Amino acid sequence: MEKTYYNAEDLKKFADIGDYQKEMADKFFDWYGEVFNDGALSGKEKGLIALAVAHVVQCPYCIDAYTTDCLRNGYSEQQMMEAVHVGAAIKGGAILAHSVQMMNKVKNLTL
Amino acid sequence: MVSDTDSQLKALDEITRISKQVPYFMDKLALSGINNFNPVGLEIFQVNFGKLCNQACKHCHVNAGPSHTEIMDRRTMEYCLEAVNKHNIPVVDITGGAPEMNPNFRWFVKECRKLDKRVIVRCNLTIFFSGDEYNDLPVFFAENRVEVVASLPFYSADRTDRVRGKGVFDASVRGLQMLNANGYGRNGTGLVLNLVYNPSGAFLSAPQKQLEEEFKRELYKGYGIVFNNLYTMTNMPVSRFLDYLMRSDNYVAYIENLVNAFNPVAAMGAMCLNMISVNWDGYLYDCDFNQMLDLKVSQNRNNHISNFDAEFILNRNVKVSQHCYGCTAGAGSSCGGSTA
Ligand code: SF4
Ligand code: SF4
Repeated sequence: MEKTYYNAEDLKKFADIGDYQKEMADKFFDWYGEVFNDGALSGKEKGLIALAVAHVVQCPYCIDAYTTDCLRNGYSEQQMMEAVHVGAAIKGGAILAHSVQMMNKVKNLTL
Repeated sequence: MVSDTDSQLKALDEITRISKQVPYFMDKLALSGINNFNPVGLEIFQVNFGKLCNQACKHCHVNAGPSHTEIMDRRTMEYCLEAVNKHNIPVVDITGGAPEMNPNFRWFVKECRKLDKRVIVRCNLTIFFSGDEYNDLPVFFAENRVEVVASLPFYSADRTDRVRGKGVFDASVRGLQMLNANGYGRNGTGLVLNLVYNPSGAFLSAPQKQLEEEFKRELYKGYGIVFNNLYTMTNMPVSRFLDYLMRSDNYVAYIENLVNAFNPVAAMGAMCLNMISVNWDGYLYDCDFNQMLDLKVSQNRNNHISNFDAEFILNRNVKVSQHCYGCTAGAGSSCGGSTA
């Protein structure tokens, strides 16, 4: 059977999302392009942020795309890994911070 | 290994069948409204002194290395001098290998300068330290007002050494400092020092301006080095780099990226439209890359420097294949950096 989950070739079909809803797709791609333009942050910095976020949302397509982008922009492997750690720290921290909710509930339910 | 020219050309041809996204280069030009990809002038005379080099870099499109014996002889150099003189070609661009290792290198440079040519030497920097006879090259360059184009893969040691070999970054830094000490890259001296950057893998370069600013900042901060311009060059899918692309399964995606980044303005600035490239054995090519693919300007006798015919050269059809997408991607790529 054809590979159906996470096929690298599928990234090339991303623009096809417009086939089912063109207007929204056009707006999305325009906005996406705008987001990554140089602004108060440079496009280069935004690429590194995107790499960290891609890991947090665990999107293999974005990981490939922004790894390439970061290499192209001259980030070192160490810088890229540190960015991923930032993502992991926030994600891990968010999980642990939620444990306060668990502790609150435990305290509320127990004698 | 796809180092022989036939298998390289075959691979470049087959890509149009493997990927729907890769049309023949000529078809792509036509689709973009470019129906004439012919020379517009002859300003640059590029001479490749041969495959002898003190290094053996991973991305080298020349497949150069220390054991090669194919180098240009003095008779061929004399033909080159005759051609540039007779046809008033203003720029002589000397490359290799490490051209400085050719025993007639200094003589040739001086002869070109006597003819008042602008002389560019593509220098790998580590050559200064690969034998006593090369230590004074920065002085020789300065005395003859040679324009130096030095290749440096990156401004950090790890990435440079990975491409060029261990210790190359440190030696390159020392080489650049020697050039600076002789006035290169410094305001008011007129001694030009440009750097060349190639991406260290299967990806395209960041914009030239952005990288130039970073190289200037980092090299000055870390080592007090100054230089004039940074030229970004795309890794061309020929020879050693093509082999790497195929082995690492990056070939199709890399060419597709080049095609997707096709820029007609960059195409119109392609260096072959304004230069001729002479191989170590005197044969004539549109560019250094066509040398590696053995795509001579013609199959007739006017394909050799001993029969140089400027009229024919100016009216020739450039020999293209899918490697040409490397020159036309994004802001373009040439021996003088971006073209668009
Ligand atoms: S220094 Fe230049 S010519 Fe020599 S092997 Fe490296 S890339 Fe090739
Ligand atoms: S590879 Fe050579 S022939 Fe092809 S576009 Fe570039 S300079 Fe011209």
